[in-house]
Amino acid sequence: MRFTIADLKKGEKGIIIDSSSEDIPLKLLEMGCLPGNEVHLLQLAPFSDPMYLNVNDSFLAIRKETAALIIIEKING
Amino acid sequence: MGKQLNVALIGNPNTGKTSVFNALTGLNQKVGNYPGVTVDKKQGVCKLSRGVKANILDLPGTYSLNASSLDENVVIELLLNKNDKDYPDVALIISDVETLKRNLLLFTQIKDLKIPTILVINMSDLMRRKGIALDIELLEEKLHTKIALVSTRKNNGMEGLKQLIENYKTISIEPCLDTTIIDEDYFKSLQKAFPNQDIYKLWLVITQDANFGKISRQELDISRFKTKSNQELKHLQQKEAIKRYQFINGVLNKAQTIDRSKATGLRSKLDRLLIHKVWGYVIFFLILLGIFQAVYDWATLPMDIIDSSFASLAEWVKVSFPGGGKVTDLIAEGIISGIGGVVIFIPQIAFLFLFISILEESGYMSRVVFLMDRVMRRFGLSGKSVVPLISGTACAIPAVMATRNIENWKERLITILVVPFTTCAARLPVYLIIIALVIPDNSVMGLSYQALTLMGLYLIGFGMAIFSAYILDRILKTKHKTFFVVEMPNYKLPLIKNVLITVIEKTKTFVLEAGKIILAISIVLWVMASYGPGDKFNNAESYVNKNSTFQSNYELNDQIAAFKLEHSYIGIVGKTIEPLIRPLGYDWKVGIGLVASFAAREVFVGTLATIYSVGSASEDEETIKTRMENETYEDGTKVFTLASGISLLLFYAFAMQCMSTLAIVRRETKSWKWPILQLTGMTAIAYICALIAFQTLK
Repeated sequence: MRFTIADLKKGEKGIIIDSSSEDIPLKLLEMGCLPGNEVHLLQLAPFSDPMYLNVNDSFLAIRKETAALIIIEKING
Repeated sequence: MGKQLNVALIGNPNTGKTSVFNALTGLNQKVGNYPGVTVDKKQGVCKLSRGVKANILDLPGTYSLNASSLDENVVIELLLNKNDKDYPDVALIISDVETLKRNLLLFTQIKDLKIPTILVINMSDLMRRKGIALDIELLEEKLHTKIALVSTRKNNGMEGLKQLIENYKTISIEPCLDTTIIDEDYFKSLQKAFPNQDIYKLWLVITQDANFGKISRQELDISRFKTKSNQELKHLQQKEAIKRYQFINGVLNKAQTIDRSKATGLRSKLDRLLIHKVWGYVIFFLILLGIFQAVYDWATLPMDIIDSSFASLAEWVKVSFPGGGKVTDLIAEGIISGIGGVVIFIPQIAFLFLFISILEESGYMSRVVFLMDRVMRRFGLSGKSVVPLISGTACAIPAVMATRNIENWKERLITILVVPFTTCAARLPVYLIIIALVIPDNSVMGLSYQALTLMGLYLIGFGMAIFSAYILDRILKTKHKTFFVVEMPNYKLPLIKNVLITVIEKTKTFVLEAGKIILAISIVLWVMASYGPGDKFNNAESYVNKNSTFQSNYELNDQIAAFKLEHSYIGIVGKTIEPLIRPLGYDWKVGIGLVASFAAREVFVGTLATIYSVGSASEDEETIKTRMENETYEDGTKVFTLASGISLLLFYAFAMQCMSTLAIVRRETKSWKWPILQLTGMTAIAYICALIAFQTLK
């Protein structure tokens, strides 16, 4: 099964595998949402949307629909 | 005049770029506009040694040279155009200690344009506390640059930075990356086609075309070179970002050590509370409540002082230049009261922006955006619409301008269209007098009916904004894709200097933008009220004298003034629209007030004062109130009843009665279509609501 950032629960981490979907804004890639980088889901707003992440030393919030486009591998632990 | 050189400040948002700008220029700065766009252009002068002056340009914050908003577009347009008079001799990339990696992405892009670039690392005083150590010499060597470690908070390192700026010619312009690795074949063929152009510049021009569609392509004809689809280009841009980060990580691995255990838990502790699913909203609501309380409480005294000063100034002009006739009248009643009508709002607007900029500087505003986005999106708005909607309670003009950082055009447009529904400061004087007139001065459980009505009006304004956003969201069709990325900056204590400069800037914008229109319309209204056709206007004295019984001189003069106003041009307009507004419960006198309100709503009270001939008895609220209470139709029924009062309150709550806002909306949307829609739509809603209210209550 393929995981995306939208599947992460609060406090969980993952490694980005693919972020090449055309609908991901370039700005997000430039802030560090690139393959190989670690994502840490810090907090969720009500209804799990938007999502508050730490990736590549950047702290940012994105909407769930965007998060669902970024494919990751979950890190257990 | 000594030598001058151009310096551009470039950096991510929230890195203290503005603090560095303020530290370099002091108050020696001005805000203008870039030609054709409404992006603020902040410039200042910094004196270096030996008579050399640096023109410092504070460019809008951006994460890269790939623009996704008008503000960011300004940066790339300038850097691609060597002929621009502001083209920098040297660029300063401002980064803070913690976001160095991300800022280096932008840094390497600027370097690859072969512009001499200095890396400024701000908040260097926090390095040890954050457990970060940098090998500056190694960084300088690897990045081919000079580095200035500064702390704007402690005012450290600014002299060293100035020296680096002065010696900018010694800085290497060697690029960081060989950009052809993005796509070797494509770059080779590009270079062959334009042998005289810088290859990375060509690449940027091509990709901007794909991204934004608006950048001027200058002298390059690249249209025949669009051999790649937008998707392919985007893919290459992603590859560019990856390659740049590979380079950056390679450098930082050697030159930076981070001791993660030293990272303070302040962010996560505050976040746990401030964006908590329940407490987050409670705290936000309390903060809002506190702000409004303070704004209205603190602004009362200065507003009273301004009000009475302008009244005495007008009086002084009248007394001092009695021979001036119409000119004296124009100055005293048209111009001075027009300017007074603008100045009186300065205290409330300044206080509101004081709080907003403190919330923004501290990093809290991003948390509000995070909390509110989901809720606002249901109504076609964005989390980023919250700031404009709050600003709108002071004045719609700065609020409309505050929508610029909403990336999504549809969400931005809807925000602009509904912001004028929020209860701005100009509605307040109208509300206060009508409420005092028609709402009983009783209370229920310690809450006065009058205060509850006022609160209700605020809620109704906000409710209508949200409701119409919901409707607009369903009607408007746009092709723009939604996207939403909010940086969650570190919490920090706001710098007083930054806050004050923001307050001054915003207030100035209001005074200049709204001021000139309010002033112009005040003069037009004065002319319409001071001239009239026919005998009744020109010989008012004899008409009034004929009908009058014994009266004091004051009363007689007031009667004459009222009679003149009735037969002036504006009085004629009022009478003409009477059939239209009668169903709402207003007579022609209120009609004059409505017409006059198109300049600015608060004119209503002053106009009524003149109509009800209490002019010489000053604009004392009690006097006007008593006079309005006794106002009757010919058949003896009262004009101001609960029904007509509520109807009038609703009309003022919803109607678009502000020319200045319309002008700003036209500027921000670059089309007359939206302000016209706003004017007709809002006025229609106001009319219908007022009609229903009056007809059911009477």
